[in-house]
Amino acid sequence: MKLKELESCLQQVDTFEEPKILLEQYPTSAHIAACMLYTIHNTFDDIEAKLVADLGCGCGVLSIGAAMLEAGLCVGFDIDNDALDVFRRNADEFELSNVDLVQCDLCCLKTEDYRHSFDTVIMNPPFGTKHNQGMDMKFLRAAITMAKKAVYSLHKTSTREHIQKKANDWGVKMEVIAELRYDLPASYKFHKKKSVSLNILHTLFQPG
Amino acid sequence: MKLLTHNMLTSHVKGVTNGYPLLIKATEVKVNEVDFNAQFVSRMIPKLEWSALLQAADELGQRQDLPSELVADFENNEEFLKKVHRVLLEVEVMEGCLQCPESGRQFPISKGIPNMLLNEEEL
Repeated sequence: MKLKELESCLQQVDTFEEPKILLEQYPTSAHIAACMLYTIHNTFDDIEAKLVADLGCGCGVLSIGAAMLEAGLCVGFDIDNDALDVFRRNADEFELSNVDLVQCDLCCLKTEDYRHSFDTVIMNPPFGTKHNQGMDMKFLRAAITMAKKAVYSLHKTSTREHIQKKANDWGVKMEVIAELRYDLPASYKFHKKKSVSLNILHTLFQPG
Repeated sequence: MKLLTHNMLTSHVKGVTNGYPLLIKATEVKVNEVDFNAQFVSRMIPKLEWSALLQAADELGQRQDLPSELVADFENNEEFLKKVHRVLLEVEVMEGCLQCPESGRQFPISKGIPNMLLNEEEL
């Protein structure tokens, strides 16, 4: 599948009907999701016939892309029932049978029980900027425990040093694969501009 | 919920020391066709808790003739791999619940999604 083709498919994926600020629900754009997945698939071969987890999957754009790229199975984890409902409808519409969903709170999941359960973890975690500081690192910690081979995650460029320090502390190899621009359309009432643009990093972590 | 996912899930209710495997009480089960990938199934087999998979398949009446012991040289046994593929990926619990084997706590499964969220006092 070509990158353009993947991106145009992912544009058909429905997103949050009423995003919840407490959960920092921002949709991953089709463009970013496609770029991220295309690289994971073509450069690293970490999707096809792999067991993939998508942490904080929301409405599922990353999972759906991974399923299209023929993941063996992609399991989406999210706390929010409404988002999972949209995800399920998306998966039905695309007639994807290699996805599965679990509703849980990744912050209190005993991830040790899932140590190395998945080949690959993909995620666009909450950036931990609103009322949930440090959430991005909690997700990253969980992802690194659950993945056997690699974690692919999006992070704000401004947090790069902090993440690098954490990765060092955890004995995990970190590599920035790409820097992307994330154009967020105004989705909450407190957004005064029509859209905001963030610099984000597509980052690879390899558990030791 | 597919049985590959079930094979990984554990109950984390406070005080529970062995919340695995979760019992399945299904009221609706579906079998969906999923593309067969021999390489993927062979790679999953060594990671599975085989007895938990058999128990789950039994509970759903979907075991068919899946043997109780892993067959030797399963990588080259396509017939066996297809049976495992069916149970792992094609059988799906749509409605019902999962039950913690120790505390008896039930986790509802609705529209195919198990809800593993815990209340504050269970954390």
